[in-house]
Amino acid sequence: MWAYVIRRVWQMLPTMLGVVLLVFILFNLFGGDPAYVLAGKISNPEQIDNIRRQLGVDRPYYVQLGIFLQQIVTGDFGASWSTNEKVSQILATRLGPSLTVLVPLLIIETLIAVGLALAVAYVRGSLTDRMVMIVCTVGLSISILVYIIVFQYVLAYKLGWFPVQGWGNDFTENLVKYASLPILIGLVVGIAPNLRLYRTFVLDEINQDYVRTARAKGVGENRIMWVHVLRNASIPIITHVMAALPGLLIGAFLIERFFSIPGIGREVILAVERSDFPVIKALTVYVAIATMLANLAADLMYKAVDPRVQLK
Amino acid sequence: MNDLTIKTQLPARREIPHTVSPGLWTLAWRRLKTDSIAMVSLAIVAAFILLMVLSGLGVVAKDWAREIGINYAPPTFLGPDAVPGSPEVTNKVEAPAVPSGPTPGSAFNSTVVDPIGDVIAELKGGGARPAPGASPGTESKFVDPLGDVMKEIESQRAAPVTDGKSVDPLADVMKDIQAGKEAKGSAAAADDRRATLPFGADKWGRDVIAKTIKGSETSIFVGLAAALVASLIGSVLGAFAGYYGRWVDDALNWFYSVFSSIPYLLLILAVAAVLQHKGTMTIVLILGLTGWTGMFRLIRAEYLKHKGREYVQAADAIGASNARRMFKHIFPNVSHVVLVQMSILVVAFIKSEVILSFLGFGVPVDVVSWGSMLNEAQNELLLGKWWQLVAAGGTMAVLVTAFSLFTDALRDALDPKLKGKAGH
Repeated sequence: MWAYVIRRVWQMLPTMLGVVLLVFILFNLFGGDPAYVLAGKISNPEQIDNIRRQLGVDRPYYVQLGIFLQQIVTGDFGASWSTNEKVSQILATRLGPSLTVLVPLLIIETLIAVGLALAVAYVRGSLTDRMVMIVCTVGLSISILVYIIVFQYVLAYKLGWFPVQGWGNDFTENLVKYASLPILIGLVVGIAPNLRLYRTFVLDEINQDYVRTARAKGVGENRIMWVHVLRNASIPIITHVMAALPGLLIGAFLIERFFSIPGIGREVILAVERSDFPVIKALTVYVAIATMLANLAADLMYKAVDPRVQLK
Repeated sequence: MNDLTIKTQLPARREIPHTVSPGLWTLAWRRLKTDSIAMVSLAIVAAFILLMVLSGLGVVAKDWAREIGINYAPPTFLGPDAVPGSPEVTNKVEAPAVPSGPTPGSAFNSTVVDPIGDVIAELKGGGARPAPGASPGTESKFVDPLGDVMKEIESQRAAPVTDGKSVDPLADVMKDIQAGKEAKGSAAAADDRRATLPFGADKWGRDVIAKTIKGSETSIFVGLAAALVASLIGSVLGAFAGYYGRWVDDALNWFYSVFSSIPYLLLILAVAAVLQHKGTMTIVLILGLTGWTGMFRLIRAEYLKHKGREYVQAADAIGASNARRMFKHIFPNVSHVVLVQMSILVVAFIKSEVILSFLGFGVPVDVVSWGSMLNEAQNELLLGKWWQLVAAGGTMAVLVTAFSLFTDALRDALDPKLKGKAGH
């Protein structure tokens, strides 16, 4: 297995290099002169020259690319252009709040979606099944923005069940008090598409021969669904969950923005608003690496779920 | 091998008449016609596209920027607002001694929620607008009931008031940019403003229905145009990778894996950060240049499958060039995949455009889209003005539902083997 892991990581290198090149071309070639962004509206040529020298953008491109590679390896991207906070510091402090919301969200969402998918697929073709699917399709069509705006207004502002927004320093307080409404909204938005998808995965399994065999030898319906079918359907489900994992970090940015949660997603929006290139560059590269590692982890998990899978 | 093929110019031969069996598209259309849900959704989608074209040509909603109602005029079915100062006396100054601050539960009474704002708005007679640059605000805006008041006061300070009308030249420029020529003289016409509109008015008294039509034009156009760009890139690259194989395939696959290893929204935001120039075409480019990966993967697989088939070998034998084989012979046989995927992309891009514009990274301030409407609606809801939220959110939901259902039906009709396996 370790030989497999090492080979896979080795194969990732060209892609990683590609991501680095893409980000470099985007920001260093097309991004415009950062000195003008930094110096602000009122600036003299001398000041701009100074900033250019400090950032190294007056050097040839290959030197700049070298600097960028060095930054990625050492994790030292220098300071943010707008707040002067260290980029590594920003990433480290923003990760916690994001995970506080996202980890419970992902776990609850997957459990509910898988449970519902098994139930709906079991009664496939019935009125219940069709109603659930229609609700999912319509629910998916409403913009996530509308959900957030309405839920925040009704549940937090009008009814006062949750704080409108905010974030504290205490983990339990954050999780119970501030993260609950964001998690609730995330569930409402996230269950519909996942349920639709997982239902098709379960349907693919439910007509297989082994299900009939299990039934013939007298296995209970519950055991068939929860043990036999679920285990077989879990391979595509794992792929989907793992593939969604890194995107989730960014995908919840709207929720983080509305509820003022100081997480990664909100940081991305702030950085784009402020043209804070070092922060966006660092985030893009690291999230891309995380995506590739998540894909590898998904492949390793197949082996755990299905012994027939050969790691090649 | 290609060097050996002898290219001979065959004389154009007269087509031999023969009985034509129905083609893929005819069969698919027949299947589609029996599906009532598909036909209803197709009609809705077609109506939306017609609306987009009419609005783009200036036939409908041309005067969307004209301020024909009072500020936040409610929908007609609710009746006029219960504001103490009736809309006819817009220029009269009232000084209510109401404490400033939100009073929950005062859904339709704007004076209680935002007293100063209304007074100032009346003072100005709808003249000066807050600077549009301030609109995609910081996160504190949502809970700050005084935010709007402050903005009004600031714009008030910038615009010295004489006789209840703004004379600040900048304000007029802003208005011209935003509202076009129709807006001129709207300050003078403040007395003609209507107390209610069919589905209410926004902050500046613009008709929400006309605004929604204009917003639909922008959002649907961006969705369609970006899907076209992404499909073009994805299918051409996919065709090359699948057809040529070897190092071309390796190189393009590498390109694909680079793009797909960055989460889609992060990629869009990164490109948006770099492209500082704002415009409708900019978003089309951003979405098109980042969203081609799904199409690439599908078309590459199709070309891999098709390139070894007999009809392609036959085309090779009669001396068709590579380009001709790729696009004249193989492409028609994979075009249904392109169509279905394109249909999926339109919905995805409309959703992305709405989010981008909501955040202020999308359409410029003088263009209205569903996203920018939702941005305004977010603050309006705090004042109890729900109509713009319902109009933009509802219209979008109807279109996206119809488009998704039509896409599902289209896929089933073009590939009946997949029926019942509706994926994501």
